Amino acid sequence: MIRVAGAGWLTLLYKELLRFWKVAFQTILAPVMTALLYLLIFSHVLSSRVSVFGGEVGYTAFLVPGLVMMSVLQNAFANSSSSMIQSKITGNLVFILLPPLSPVDFFAAYVLGAMVRGLVVGLGVFLVTLFFVPELLAMPHPFWALTFAMLGSAILGTLGLVGGIWADKFDQLAAFQNFLITPLTFLSGVFYSIHSLPPFWQSLSRVNPFFYMIDGFRYGFFGLSDVPPALSLGVVATCALVLAVVTLAILRSGWKLRH
Amino acid sequence: MPPAVEVNKISRRFGNVQALDGVDLSVAEGEFFGLLGPNGAGKTTLISILAGLTRPDAGFARIRGHDVLTDYRNARRILGVVPQELVFDPFFSVRETLRIQSGYFGIRDNDAWIDELLHHLDLTGKANANMRSLSGGMKRRVLVGQALVHKPPVIVLDEPTAGVDVELRQSLWAFIRKLNRDGHTIILTTHYLEEAEALCGRIAMLKAGKVVALDTTKNLLARVSGFTVRLAAARIPAEWQARVLNRDAHVFILGLERYADLELLLAALRVEGIAIDELALEETDLEQVFLTIMGAGRSSPAGLSS
Repeated sequence: MIRVAGAGWLTLLYKELLRFWKVAFQTILAPVMTALLYLLIFSHVLSSRVSVFGGEVGYTAFLVPGLVMMSVLQNAFANSSSSMIQSKITGNLVFILLPPLSPVDFFAAYVLGAMVRGLVVGLGVFLVTLFFVPELLAMPHPFWALTFAMLGSAILGTLGLVGGIWADKFDQLAAFQNFLITPLTFLSGVFYSIHSLPPFWQSLSRVNPFFYMIDGFRYGFFGLSDVPPALSLGVVATCALVLAVVTLAILRSGWKLRH
Repeated sequence: MPPAVEVNKISRRFGNVQALDGVDLSVAEGEFFGLLGPNGAGKTTLISILAGLTRPDAGFARIRGHDVLTDYRNARRILGVVPQELVFDPFFSVRETLRIQSGYFGIRDNDAWIDELLHHLDLTGKANANMRSLSGGMKRRVLVGQALVHKPPVIVLDEPTAGVDVELRQSLWAFIRKLNRDGHTIILTTHYLEEAEALCGRIAMLKAGKVVALDTTKNLLARVSGFTVRLAAARIPAEWQARVLNRDAHVFILGLERYADLELLLAALRVEGIAIDELALEETDLEQVFLTIMGAGRSSPAGLSS
């Protein structure tokens, strides 16, 4: 027998990274382009109409962290979910079910792969938008921003993994994305400050975990936020932890993977 | 040393179908073992349980003493499985596929063995080709390679030659035989009974989730004594119906024990005035054993040992 000299999950992570890197035009450049279009259109239409943080921050500058975080979240979800469902439907999931990979190995590889994709796309969006709002480079709390980007991408990567395991068909996964992930992201304050909303919608926003991801992320850029960043961190970290525990239990049970 | 594979009272039900019903098996280290049975007999379910792809409702399975559920890491490290479905990852080349598969088992720098695998599987020229560009037979051989990247002492092949042309089938078997000679335990399911007859030292026959025969290939062949007659005629005399093993329209396959029986058969045909359109004698092979055992228990018994 060959000497075993490494952890199998690192190869699974490598495979996950190679998978999106080989089609980087579609997985990295396309979402950067989409975010750029959002920026151009929304800032053009709304910058003279919307006032945020009492006028302390221009709308275009306010919009950028929202778009960066939205790209991070959407691409993290897209990576783990599409990888999992493609492997399930084509049947090549068997290649990772046969080796001695544990549920924790699966979780670590898929979620880290999703985080890397989300963070790479987010960084791409940030670099491109700097061209329009260079003052954002002087962000006061970059580590807060990075922490929320990492936690947010971990949460969405985990949701993508669960979504990919749950869905038997591509349209079920699309429903998961279109009716759950996208509304929660769009209604989380990507495009506006929740203080501009009527009271009912404001309180509804506060039960949306995505709101805390984006608000905390934005705090890193401006030192200003709708709710205290420590509260956001608490909510987001708790969500990440609970999801991780649930997902590991799902993986251990073999649900929809091992029959 | 524990057996290479031990299956103990394994049962598994899918909905209304009892795929496996209390299967007991033990395969010794170094054996070339055949698993035969008609479609739906439970062969693939049994292999899936060994591989950890399916969980049994009852019973347990061990690979070299390692339980496939509770000690799955050690069990899977010593098991190589060639799945029946022709699957591949379209993102990668042949070499990437084999390198990645090695990595899943924690093996780095495996290129010397990968090159050897590519050579034996006649894929050296395709090492850098994308998986999508390969023919079905080549994809099948890559699957064999993937199952062997970690040099598993126990190798399970679920219909490995389906879709592989005759010439390559021969070279594939030569390679599997070499692995067996080098000490690897081989478990094989196949639809080609002549392959099982030529390769397997011992055979288990499954039917409706149960083991209906488990013996050395030699003993199984001896069970069907005599020879068979292939007879094309309008009908068969009533007293010979019990000897019919198989029938396809007006072609009857009859099992006979002695050549003297042939005289009696011809006499009976003559007495009833039945014309012989065609007549051929065939030696016993595994196919007849298979048909006999699978046929046993039908409403019209076709057993030979009358």
